[in-house]
Amino acid sequence: MTEPLLELIDIEKHFGHVIALAGVSFSIRPGECHCLLGDNGAGKSTFIKTMAGVHKPTAGKIRVCGKETNFQSPRDAMDAGIATVYQDLAMIPLMSITRNFWMGREPVRKFGPLRFLDFPKANAVTMEEMRKMGINLRAPDQAVGTLSGGERQTVAIARAVYFGARVLILDEPTSALGVRQTSNVLATIDKVRKQGVGVIFISHNVRHALAVGDRFTVLNRGKTLGTAVRGEISAEELQDMMAGGQELAELEGSLGGTV
Amino acid sequence: MNEAGNQLPQTQKDERLREISPLKKALIRPELGASAGTIVVFLFFLLVAGDSGMFAPEGVLNWGVVSAQFAIIAVGACLLMIAGEFDLSVGSMIGFSGIVIALVSVTWGYPVWFAILVAFVVAIGIGALNGYLVIKTGLPSFIVTLAFLYILRGLTIFVAISTTQQTIIGGVREAAQGDPIAALFGGKIFRGLFSWLADQGLIDKFVAGPKAGQPVIDGIPMIIVWALVLVVLGHILLTRTRFGNWIFAAGGDNVAASNSGVPVKRVKVLMFMLSAFCATVFATCQVIEFGSAAADRGLLKEFEAIISVVIGGALLTGGYGSVIGAALGALIFGVVQQGLFFAGVESSLFRVFLGVILLLAVILNTYIRRMITGER
Ligand SMILES: Nc1ncnc2c1ncn2[C@@H]1O[C@H](COP(=O)(O)OP(=O)(O)OP(=O)(O)O)[C@@H](O)[C@H]1O
Ligand SMILES: [Mg+2]
Repeated sequence: MTEPLLELIDIEKHFGHVIALAGVSFSIRPGECHCLLGDNGAGKSTFIKTMAGVHKPTAGKIRVCGKETNFQSPRDAMDAGIATVYQDLAMIPLMSITRNFWMGREPVRKFGPLRFLDFPKANAVTMEEMRKMGINLRAPDQAVGTLSGGERQTVAIARAVYFGARVLILDEPTSALGVRQTSNVLATIDKVRKQGVGVIFISHNVRHALAVGDRFTVLNRGKTLGTAVRGEISAEELQDMMAGGQELAELEGSLGGTV
Repeated sequence: MNEAGNQLPQTQKDERLREISPLKKALIRPELGASAGTIVVFLFFLLVAGDSGMFAPEGVLNWGVVSAQFAIIAVGACLLMIAGEFDLSVGSMIGFSGIVIALVSVTWGYPVWFAILVAFVVAIGIGALNGYLVIKTGLPSFIVTLAFLYILRGLTIFVAISTTQQTIIGGVREAAQGDPIAALFGGKIFRGLFSWLADQGLIDKFVAGPKAGQPVIDGIPMIIVWALVLVVLGHILLTRTRFGNWIFAAGGDNVAASNSGVPVKRVKVLMFMLSAFCATVFATCQVIEFGSAAADRGLLKEFEAIISVVIGGALLTGGYGSVIGAALGALIFGVVQQGLFFAGVESSLFRVFLGVILLLAVILNTYIRRMITGER
């Protein structure tokens, strides 16, 4: 089995007297999609912020390609190839797709001492990267605000992959999307994984996770209930683990199996 | 294994998108509203004031200079607004820089080029302070620069009165005689071309008075050159450079921008400095032309700059706009102000016109912007 790109061992995170994470272990290998599931407040966001260098763990170890590392800032994590796509903070709707794609890393062409944006290159790369993700753009100078939620998510993912992400963290990319948009994003995750990137996919939704996931880790009240491999676990079992067991079973009776 | 991957067509040409004709696509730009407005305003004045001399060379020069004044401060206000901030201290800064120039050159006797240099350094420093305070305190720039509107105006009057016992300092023209830097702001270019044109009979010559025999316009005032240069450079900076992309990003969503590695704070502070720079260009041109500085110069200029920018299609909340649009806004402003004078309309009606144009422009621009950005 290949060595994990990123490994987190017995991570604890306390906020004052709140114990958000009480010893969580997790790993991600190249080309796999590892789903992180859990109910509201389970600690998913806190956990991925620890991977992304936003939070420093109170205890526990982080290893990048087998080497123990301490991230001092999100920049450190980015430099190690860990990219995070937050649903809301990904894009600026008023700006064009190209301008968003290259934001902060714009390509330039020299004209004597002057440097101008290299639009032919920027547009061509943007179109090509989006095409790889299965989206044919009408025009790269189209504003991001005219894209659907799923397409926007895809631009953000394509951008992270193009700029060398080896681990891609997606925080609930499908939670606000409809059926069609969701399947677009799931298809994108599949394409990214095939390029050898490790994808960490956070979701509330067991069916979305089962559609693309290779491994599944469930968080409940800051603890993990273990990691399951695809094919070894059913949707019902995952659902039960997320809700912490019996309550849902009782609910299910009264709701007639709709949850 | 990958149900999700297979159930989708590989590419989607969305059948719900109507094809847009290339002509329409070329027309739907941020400055469309201002371009249409410019055409309407020109047609209107051609009709009502076509024979008043408004479109004769002197007339064109008249509203050209006024429009250039608006354009200079509009460029600074435009880039700052796109970066997501306002500068309400522009008007006070104009008065302040003018008094600094007159004080240093006339009252204290330094060369005019040195006085101009001092004015630019001090003004840009105050611009940086404006920006620094906005960044540090997280207060809206509206409030911070409103404070400087009062602080600078008060300081200007205080300094003028306490050093010279008056609020107007004259004698700059004499001091500026032969000064190379002063000529950059107050001189004219293409003098030779215009006297040649007059000799060919293409433009009129004065027939009487002290200037008899000279052409009625003897060159292009430097203020127009400054306006054109600032507009062109501002447009290139905004649309063609990496820094321009950062200006859009900083104003569009500063959190998303800084998460993507854009130095948002640096961009904003630099734009405040640019705004101060433009105000000082305006002040210097005015002081050299009038030969004097007055502590009350530049009153309400901050609003005139912002109005030009908004007519030009920029979004008040930042992240969207065009320097060309702002320049057209300034042109509309100048043409309307001077045109009503040529048309012999009661001057108080200017404000009515201005209000109506502002309202129409903003409504039209909002509609255009929604088409472009998909804003809801
Ligand atoms: N900065 C903080 N200070 C104090 N407590 C925090 C902080 N961040 C998170 N917590 C607490 O840690 C727990 C886990 O929060 P987290 O945001 O990680 O949950 P989540 O699994 O992402 O939930 P959701 O599905 O709703 O996004 C919560 O009880 C939350 O109140
Ligand atoms: Mg969360």
